[in-house]
Amino acid sequence: MNHLLEISNNALAVTAALTGIGLVFAALLIAKLISPKSYSVKKSEPYECGIPTRGESMIQFKAGYYIFAILFLLFDVEVVFLYPWAVVMNGLGPKGLLCIGIFMFILIMGLAYAWRKGALKWK
Amino acid sequence: MFNFGIWTSEFNNFLMGFLPDWLTVVVECVIIALLVLLTYTVLALFYILYERKLCAWFQCRLGPMRVGKWGVLQVFADMFKILIKELISLKDTDRFLFKLAPYIVITSSVVMLACLPWGNGLQIIDYNIGIFFILAVSSVGVLGILLAGWASNNKYTLIGAMRSGAQMISYEVSLGLALITIVVFAGTMNINELVWEQESAWFIFRGHIPAIIAFLIYIVAATAETNRGPFDLPEAEHELTAGYHTEYSGIHFGFFYLAEYLNLFIVSGIATLMFLGGWMPLHIPGWDGFNNVMNWIPSIVWFIGKSFFISYVIIWFKWTFPRVRIDQMLSFEWKYLMPLSLANLVLMAVCVALGWHF
Repeated sequence: MNHLLEISNNALAVTAALTGIGLVFAALLIAKLISPKSYSVKKSEPYECGIPTRGESMIQFKAGYYIFAILFLLFDVEVVFLYPWAVVMNGLGPKGLLCIGIFMFILIMGLAYAWRKGALKWK
Repeated sequence: MFNFGIWTSEFNNFLMGFLPDWLTVVVECVIIALLVLLTYTVLALFYILYERKLCAWFQCRLGPMRVGKWGVLQVFADMFKILIKELISLKDTDRFLFKLAPYIVITSSVVMLACLPWGNGLQIIDYNIGIFFILAVSSVGVLGILLAGWASNNKYTLIGAMRSGAQMISYEVSLGLALITIVVFAGTMNINELVWEQESAWFIFRGHIPAIIAFLIYIVAATAETNRGPFDLPEAEHELTAGYHTEYSGIHFGFFYLAEYLNLFIVSGIATLMFLGGWMPLHIPGWDGFNNVMNWIPSIVWFIGKSFFISYVIIWFKWTFPRVRIDQMLSFEWKYLMPLSLANLVLMAVCVALGWHF
């Protein structure tokens, strides 16, 4: 569509993003206009299954899976590196295949090391 | 195949006839925005009914039947009800982030929707890195979920959001690797070119074994990516009330609900695009008569039909498999799915290098 209409892709992406923002904004505006309003102290309490809340909720949370986030960072960067290779892979020949093979081997070794060290185990 | 681009260029010429260039662009952008908005809401409404009906049929029920014929008007009633519900403001929430979260979630899904190829010439955003752009935008959605959980000032939402984040980032790796497998085969990331590459046969047939493995990996990863059962841990009702959107009420909750259904359509659309030919009709090399008959079915019908079929399969998963535990889910991704997808990528690279494909 864009080739025929001669609008740049960036403009279209911004249009789509603005559409999303506009949708949320408009729906919230309508909801604010027609929805009822009432106030009560109990109503503004956080809902934790009816039991009064204890302590602070915005705390440093011990995520048992923070190590997965670090691994994700590693492998997501790998995926980003692999995309350009994937596009030109056919023209590179056996040398390109070998190079990316070494790159992937090192990463797989890293995963194997993390696995062996027990980073993938739930604690 | 009918090229819808003829209509758009005709319309463009018509506008150019009496408007200056910059105004034409503005008018077209407004029309595109309205079309995207319409598609978005219609699809969301359709998917809510689709899921409810399918869920009912899987459980030998009838599903919604009262409002309208076969209950088709039920979704309108539901959405209107959600719209007139009170927006409860809570104490001690992080107000700015609490309100920002739905914007991020909805915007990322709208931008992804605009990237999909709906038919021959019916595509809005067409970057030369199309599929990569879709992946990049899809990972922004996680941010909205994390913000929603954090800003609610509730322990359950925080745990739900953390789980959701861990799950979505983990499965994103396999998702990306499954898509790379096809990019290796096609040699392009442009969505339009990807579809045209599949003119002789769809990638799942052309790439045979590695493509089929990639397709299966993609479906599993996409199910997890959209937080649907059996991977719907972030919303595990008996543990976390409703997960990251517990504290959202009325239309605020509705946004997460809409985005969830739209993400289901979007992952189905990407699966269609990458494995099942996008809007390309079913072509079998050599069978010219058959191919011509298939070309008579409009391309938009092909795309929507295939996407709805894949969504059907994903909904089917939800109502068939029991929910997995979080450690099982993470170890499944890191110990089985990701090594498998890496091996599959190598297999595909070898197949392409040696020409073992159709």
